[in-house]
Amino acid sequence: MTISESTAAAGAGPDVSRIPAPHRPGVLARLRDRRVSGWLFLLPLIAFNLFVVLVPSAFSVWYSFTDWTGISSKANFIGLENYRNLLRDPEFVQGLEHNVLWTVFFLIVPMAMGLFGAYALSRIRRFRLLFRTLYFIPYIVASVVNASIWRSILDPQNGLGNLLHINPLGDQHLALWSVEFVNNWAWWGFLVVVFLAAMQGVNPSLYEAATMDGAGATRQFFAVTLPAIRPTFAFLGLMTIIWSFLAFDYVYILTQGGPAGSTDLLSTVAYRNAFSNLQGGYASATGIVMAFISGVVVTVYLVIRKTREWET
Amino acid sequence: MSVAVSPDTSARGARGGGTAPARGRRRGFPIGRTAVYVALTALAIFSLGPIVLFFFNALKTNSEYAADSLGLPTSWTWSNFTSAWSQANMGAGLWNSLQIVLGTVAITCVVASLAAYALARLKVRGASAFMTYLLVSSALPSQMFLVPLFYMWARAGLYDTRIGLVLIYCGLFSPFGTLLLRSFLLGIPREMEEAARVDGAGELRVFLQVVLPNAVPGILTVALTTGLSAYNEFLFAVTMIQSDSKMPLSTTFFTFQQGFTQNFTLISAAGFIMIAPMLILFLLLQRRFINGLANSGMGGI
Repeated sequence: MTISESTAAAGAGPDVSRIPAPHRPGVLARLRDRRVSGWLFLLPLIAFNLFVVLVPSAFSVWYSFTDWTGISSKANFIGLENYRNLLRDPEFVQGLEHNVLWTVFFLIVPMAMGLFGAYALSRIRRFRLLFRTLYFIPYIVASVVNASIWRSILDPQNGLGNLLHINPLGDQHLALWSVEFVNNWAWWGFLVVVFLAAMQGVNPSLYEAATMDGAGATRQFFAVTLPAIRPTFAFLGLMTIIWSFLAFDYVYILTQGGPAGSTDLLSTVAYRNAFSNLQGGYASATGIVMAFISGVVVTVYLVIRKTREWET
Repeated sequence: MSVAVSPDTSARGARGGGTAPARGRRRGFPIGRTAVYVALTALAIFSLGPIVLFFFNALKTNSEYAADSLGLPTSWTWSNFTSAWSQANMGAGLWNSLQIVLGTVAITCVVASLAAYALARLKVRGASAFMTYLLVSSALPSQMFLVPLFYMWARAGLYDTRIGLVLIYCGLFSPFGTLLLRSFLLGIPREMEEAARVDGAGELRVFLQVVLPNAVPGILTVALTTGLSAYNEFLFAVTMIQSDSKMPLSTTFFTFQQGFTQNFTLISAAGFIMIAPMLILFLLLQRRFINGLANSGMGGI
């Protein structure tokens, strides 16, 4: 996406070099101006990124090798001890397992719902925009409120929980699934919108040809639609994996990681270690591991994309 | 839900199995048009039902809620909204959110449009590497930089201040706004800018007088998506703001629903007060919202 755009921009921008040089100093000054001013215009963005993301991240790398509490200025270098402790920490291992389960769930359920919804909408004529809007609404509602909506519905005394005699958020075997379900409810409509935008770019003559060959809607989906939207599909798969490791809100609001750690994710474990247990260095190490996992995923994606030349 | 829907559609598909191939050849939709609309409607009910139910619960009395939390309200208790407004301190929360959202939107729009202009129009060495960096940095887990950021903000006197939260949001949201606005600018013809440059205008003047007026729709999209993200944001709000008097709506509401009295009717009313402004804004400007959020391919589970 970005690469094709940047080459387009480069191709469309020979104007400066093409200007002949009758007034030499003026052209030179302008050239210099455009190079320097480029970074001047980027300066505010860089400053914000530096102070909010880059500098704290660099500190985090350093603190992950220390016994820093997170609130004092004292931090003693302890080498790899935090990382060694992570591997032995049952909370960390459990959080990692839950993150993997979370990723698998979000790669399957919302992707399937999003693809189904988008494909159905792309093949109907009436009410397409209406359905798209309705599916998107939960995505714009704040996570705190969405969590509250479902807490009341799943409530074991008053809600569906009472009707079905279960306690979805209080039962260790159900809690993680319940939180994933609630998060997915707010999420899948976003995928419908993105997939639908990609599907509307599919050449209609491909469908006509498939229909002539006697392919039904299901065959057409697998033979025409899915290959055509492969870049979007791959990109959303990648982002799903990355975002699954960032998930925090719904667990923190609905269960705080409980009952008995059954919904803990790496993010909630790290948050608790940082702000309740005052283990800033240890929490930083957890954050670094999370970033490392994302980095590996992004690298694998970029390598695959390079070798297969998926480009939009 | 997908589990609940698919047996329905497959059952219909199986029932009409004998005629499916013939129909498929004619219409290209073997499970039948009606079944598709039934499934789409079921999904719409799945999406909206809980929100509608939430609204109904906000109108029930406590005893009515206890008797039937999944049905229609019999008496419409509008006073829940006024009680929730005062008990949950929603007025102060709304005022804080307004300041935080407007501050974030204003600064982010300025920062993002300057940067997007440079990336779309000026010769910046290493621009594509820089954009890759922006993408990567916005995919970093917050837990990676949250604790040192908290410490830095505390040392700088920005902890528990609204401006401190605004600055964090600007840092978090401006890369996204920049990339979105950059692709918007690439779609605008550049003849007018070149004409202004030939007339001797400097880059700042070209930017202010030529580019900015043409970029208003793109900037509006960035403003809406940034505003929505800032309004709904939870993790940094709950971490960085401690005083009740400075809390934005998200943490005001969170504190209220964590309270001792699990009064679901008042919680529902307070929640509905929180989402109402965004629902209205979304319904008025949905196309811009959806295009802004979807075309960028950015979001977050």
